Amino acid sequence: MKYLLQVTAAVALCAGVAHADVIKVGVVGPFSGGAALQGRNFQAGIEAYFALHGKTVGEHEIEVIYRDLPAADPGQSAALTQELIVGEGVQYLAGYYYTPDAMAAAPILEEANVPMVIFNAATSAIVNASPLVVRTSFTTFQTSTPMATVARERGISKAITVVSDYGPGIDAETAFVRAFGAAGGETVQSVRMPMTTVDFSPIMQRIKDSGAEAVFAFLPAGPQTLGFMTAFVENGLKDAGVQLLAPGDLTQESDLPVLGPNAAGMLTTFHYAVSHNSPENIAFIEAASNWLGNPDELSFPAVGAYDGMTVIARMIEATDGRQDAAAAVEAVKGMEWISPRGPVSINPENRHLTQNIYLREVAEVEGKWINHELQVFENQGDPGWVAP
Amino acid sequence: MQTILSIGVDAFAYGMVLFVISIGLSVTMGLMKFANLAHGAFAMIGGYVASYATQALGWHFGFALLAAVAACMVLAVPLERFLYRRFYGASELRQVLMTIGLTFMIIGIANWLMGPTLKTIALPPALQGPVDIGFRSVPAHKIFAAVVGLLVAIGLWLLIERTFFGVKLRAAVDDAPMAEALGIRTKIVYAISFSIAIGLAALGGVVGAQLLPIEPQYALHHMVTFLVVVSVGGAGSIGGALAACLILGTVKTTGSYLMPEFGNFFFYLAVIAIVAVFPNGLMGRAK
Repeated sequence: MKYLLQVTAAVALCAGVAHADVIKVGVVGPFSGGAALQGRNFQAGIEAYFALHGKTVGEHEIEVIYRDLPAADPGQSAALTQELIVGEGVQYLAGYYYTPDAMAAAPILEEANVPMVIFNAATSAIVNASPLVVRTSFTTFQTSTPMATVARERGISKAITVVSDYGPGIDAETAFVRAFGAAGGETVQSVRMPMTTVDFSPIMQRIKDSGAEAVFAFLPAGPQTLGFMTAFVENGLKDAGVQLLAPGDLTQESDLPVLGPNAAGMLTTFHYAVSHNSPENIAFIEAASNWLGNPDELSFPAVGAYDGMTVIARMIEATDGRQDAAAAVEAVKGMEWISPRGPVSINPENRHLTQNIYLREVAEVEGKWINHELQVFENQGDPGWVAP
Repeated sequence: MQTILSIGVDAFAYGMVLFVISIGLSVTMGLMKFANLAHGAFAMIGGYVASYATQALGWHFGFALLAAVAACMVLAVPLERFLYRRFYGASELRQVLMTIGLTFMIIGIANWLMGPTLKTIALPPALQGPVDIGFRSVPAHKIFAAVVGLLVAIGLWLLIERTFFGVKLRAAVDDAPMAEALGIRTKIVYAISFSIAIGLAALGGVVGAQLLPIEPQYALHHMVTFLVVVSVGGAGSIGGALAACLILGTVKTTGSYLMPEFGNFFFYLAVIAIVAVFPNGLMGRAK
């Protein structure tokens, strides 16, 4: 009898503790290697969330466990995800910089009863990979499509597209060509460049020869954009009055100190600019920069991570710490809040983020290069998404 | 016609930049018989030094260029003495493993010291912007790179073929024990050659930085390109490296103008074709 009491007491105690438990969140991202800066931005976003909202949700404390995936590697992504679930016992998965990595981890979710919150990967199809995927990033379709409207409004009727020959580049090309055609413009040529291109002079010659009034470009952020924009200026295209248009990946703030002079006046459409003027964003920037040390390193993946933590906190609150992936995802469908990027909501149908897309111009303000917001396209969904 | 001329100009400029960056590797691999895969890492260090000197210290580009070359040559001395020297004559595999390891270490240190973001080198006004050459405009820094490339080619050729040091170097490479017996201090000859090769790497890193921007992954991103130039041209041959760069530059530029969607297909097709016909490279010596 005494033994039974002891056991009961022990079980009760455990159950009580289990409710005010540590909730583990596994974050997969590039924390070393070529995209290490973007991984640091994941961390900055998460730490900014903790700094502003605390590490606890009700009785539950959030613990983040990081796993490093330096380059797109689906096999390694699946292995790390499994290890996080089985070895660490995480209740939530988050992060994922590259689409293939998110895709490789998605099939595990239902069996493991774990939701996944995408901080960055930007292909429309990810939300179709599992009903437990929620996205707080953006898609290349979403950010590229409004650019066609911008081009038409500025009287451009002939454009050429120049993109890096890989998934997001082809998405950007398709999105722009489709929307530009629908708005009555003509895409005279579509050039796909190899990923490893370093000398862009031949491409610039091609743009010149095409007779287009504007070029819509997409390249992965980083060293290539510098070469591209330098070549654009040095081969005389800027002086010839050709307008350079792109989604905001090309002018991310962490690259602007070096891109600035050559990118001046360039138009981009994107979901987030560090210069966005709102109280939420100012608080966010301060918290994220404090963690980063160098404010110039802040870039868009941080805001994806920050909002991702907002969503995860809501999930924990709704399930009171229980591991119930379906209920957690159900609880955030239709969720609306004010993000540092502006008002956002989660589309209940496809769990993708509906958000404002801003037209920005690269400009120098008080000695610092920024993406200056000119125009807002409100409540944009994902035009690339098709029902599975 | 104008298009053909344009492609020609771009091809020449790109080829010369390739030459400036790769020739140091050709010297180590051909003359010193050392497979130094850390070549790109030294080019990157040169780039970082020049970037720091021009951006943070506000130095003129010319001084920054000299400082970068000098810093790398000085750095090469202890590295050669305590690390590389132990691997002379070792199997190529061991040399490759050692230098790849060194590359990863340099990448890690660069990332830690300079951060993961892009670095640029401030050019003087004369090297910025386009230069009108009659039928089109060409970026001024490409003309500068081409001139530097030609000067390096002539200078190296004179050094190796026309000076007493060149004679000693060739003797030390061909038969080290015999050269030693004749009173040539081969260790010093090797140390100087290595230092020059690293200096050339740094020069290439700085001069080519407009085309190959400086960032921590630089050493790995461009390793294959450097190796291709050396194997197509023939290790140790200055004329061969020059010819290889101009041919590969032409193939790549023409391909990316006419059929960019084929990517690097024509580039590697040309590499395979040349190496199939000339197994030792265009002007390499048979082993």
